[in-house]
Amino acid sequence: MTRKQRRLTLIGGGLAVLAVAVALMLNAFRDSIVFFNSPSDVVEKRIEPGTRIRLGGLVKDGSLVRGNNLNVRFEITDGKTEIPVTYSGVLPDLFREGQGVVAEGALGGGGVFDADTILAKHDETYMPKEVVDALKKSGHWKDDYAQRAAMPIGGGGK
Amino acid sequence: MIPELGHYALMLALGLALIQGVMPIVGTRTNDPVLMSIAAPAALAQFAFVATAFAALAVSYVTSDFSVLNVYENSNTQMPLIYRLTSIWGNHEGSMMLWVSILTFFGALVAVFGTNLPVVLKANALAVQAWIAAAFHLFILMTSNPFVRIPNAPLEGQDLNPILQDPGLAFHPPMLYLGYVGFSIAFSFAIAALLEGRIDAAWARWVRPWVLGAWMCLTLGIAGGSYWAYYELGWGGFWFWDPVENASLMPWLAGTALLHSAVVMEKRGALKVWTILLAILTFSLSLIGTFLVRSGVLTSVHAFAVDPRRGIFILGILVVFIGGALSLYAWRAPLLKQGGLFAPISREGALVFNNLFLTTACATVFVGTLYPLALEALTGAKISVGPPFFNLTFGPLFIPLLAVMPFGPLMGWKRGDLVGAAQRLLAAALLAALATAAAFALERGGPVLAPFGVGIAIFVMAGAITDIVERTLFLRVPLRAALRRALGLPRSAWGTAFAHFGIGVTLMGIVGVTAWGSERIAAIKPGDSLDISHYRVTFDGTFDRTGSNYRDVVGRFTVHRLNGEMIGNMEPSRRAFPDRNMATTEAALISRGVSQLYISIGDPNKDGSVPVRLYFKPYVLMIWFGAGIMFLGGGLSLSDRRLRVGAPRPAKARSKAVPQPAE
Repeated sequence: MTRKQRRLTLIGGGLAVLAVAVALMLNAFRDSIVFFNSPSDVVEKRIEPGTRIRLGGLVKDGSLVRGNNLNVRFEITDGKTEIPVTYSGVLPDLFREGQGVVAEGALGGGGVFDADTILAKHDETYMPKEVVDALKKSGHWKDDYAQRAAMPIGGGGK
Repeated sequence: MIPELGHYALMLALGLALIQGVMPIVGTRTNDPVLMSIAAPAALAQFAFVATAFAALAVSYVTSDFSVLNVYENSNTQMPLIYRLTSIWGNHEGSMMLWVSILTFFGALVAVFGTNLPVVLKANALAVQAWIAAAFHLFILMTSNPFVRIPNAPLEGQDLNPILQDPGLAFHPPMLYLGYVGFSIAFSFAIAALLEGRIDAAWARWVRPWVLGAWMCLTLGIAGGSYWAYYELGWGGFWFWDPVENASLMPWLAGTALLHSAVVMEKRGALKVWTILLAILTFSLSLIGTFLVRSGVLTSVHAFAVDPRRGIFILGILVVFIGGALSLYAWRAPLLKQGGLFAPISREGALVFNNLFLTTACATVFVGTLYPLALEALTGAKISVGPPFFNLTFGPLFIPLLAVMPFGPLMGWKRGDLVGAAQRLLAAALLAALATAAAFALERGGPVLAPFGVGIAIFVMAGAITDIVERTLFLRVPLRAALRRALGLPRSAWGTAFAHFGIGVTLMGIVGVTAWGSERIAAIKPGDSLDISHYRVTFDGTFDRTGSNYRDVVGRFTVHRLNGEMIGNMEPSRRAFPDRNMATTEAALISRGVSQLYISIGDPNKDGSVPVRLYFKPYVLMIWFGAGIMFLGGGLSLSDRRLRVGAPRPAKARSKAVPQPAE
């Protein structure tokens, strides 16, 4: 091979791998991106049942009902809107009423959010950033959340 | 008094860093050997002062001096001594102290062991090292001072985040930082080479041991973090594609590429400009990792620090260092003498292939990690990029890399023989095919592709062994001669084989546990039992237990094989930390060979039942054993280097090089 051919092989090979990588990424982006929404967003944007989203807000006080066989039901609120959530499994270590939570799943029929993951937040002084923003947006952010955040909030295993 | 001493020492370290950052450069410009020679003693003194500051913080922690805010917030007299020590770096301020301690430690090492370096290169490299140190000293002093006092000292401290009260944390962050920060040496040498406008194969020889050491620590750090997440987070996941994990994976990928491209540069004098770029990129990714973790920009399972002021400061450091380095690269790299080109089918070609795939895979991780941030900054839309993205991009790029990995070491330099290499890998390929068939026949369920994963893992392992067999002429010459050849092999050849073998072991573990792991989640009462794989797990009941700063509700389980043979007891617990009003899940594990049974429990329900997660994790331990083997491989290769790094003058070293090619 001449010098030129060798260089072309190298550059061609590099470009080919890059092209494959870009194609893979575009394909993956189409299928595996999940948008974060607050309960108000879900109502305003009229999110279709079956679309996979993350739903974040506070666990409404007094809304947690533990059913049989690890089924739980609770409501996520951003102060304006509430959405009932069902989940089956072991709740994270620091899941508490009145604290921030992010649930991943899809809306089922009847406006109930069917969560398959309750997200892990492994720090007791940490309020999920999206939840803070959502609360600020709905005008229900209070500075005392910063202090409450010193109390445990939705943490624990995924 | 002691905290003030620490604070003062840190300020002096900053002053020294500034001197070390300026004087030697002036010296290299004006050709003044005295100014250049300031670098080494300054680096040593700087390390001494930073070590003093770190020791002052450590003393405050050990003596539980709660007049220091940082100690008050993160420590507690009830905590065992070991956790009082590890809580030094279990928080933002302390972990930054650890960061600069390691950084200046490496600077001091270069000063001490770099006696054989060319004077100009050493002066420039230490100066660049000092710039980095100065930036981080300033960051600590201005935004994250760990020595701040509280006027009225409380009697008792808060506690360390319980999740961090774990032996895993004792060693995971220091290892990770040793890796991150170790790459700063390669960065400093790269910038020094650009400043000087001169680079040769010897440069690669000087830099390689540092890269190798950093890579080894990072490998162990990532594996340690993964194992910690596996048993501490309570659901048995070993890798989450979490941004913080990605932050450590990216420098590892780039560092692995750098390790390989430096070989080409050292042996063949080619890929110089590329290697310099990789050195810059690898440390840049380490800086980005520090930024992601320390600025709190991410919503992430591990983000401990949330303070925008710090984020902006670190972002500033990022922009200056990465932007500056890349600009310098763009400006000066064309001055460097290009290395030769080579045939695509050759050892060099194989290493370029490795670099191409590693950096591309690294780029996909980069995009997946940072795209959500960029999108939020630009449009306000909040998205998450989860495991499916990485499985769809990283996987397809990494699998071909692993599949051709065994070919690399069997190729000759300059002109390789692909057919010959394939012939020599025939046995390995047959073994891999057998393993694939066996996996199809024996294991039920799991993805269709899984048996092929097993095949590739076996191929990689067998390929590494083939390399050694070929080099020792095992079975072709008398055993004694083969043994003598084995002993005579360069350590780096053994290092390569071990590291590659380790990758195969890790892959085997990942494929096994992902494809054939099983789980049972149920609420069960005492006397109930659950069957999983070949085991029956019976719940005996719960009891309470009190630890030094926590209370446990322990679930007691008895494990039998389905045929009745007793295996043992497992005692997972819910651990409550009253000082923090927090609880953690303490999983229980039983190892069966390289597989594990894993139980974690939730809070008991009112009716007396306990939520239980029971997992069977086949082959899971191989993931971390593999990392250990890679570490060992790195160590072997490093011990080989050390011998020859002692010979500084490239011409001399080259004439000494034995015909047996290393790597």
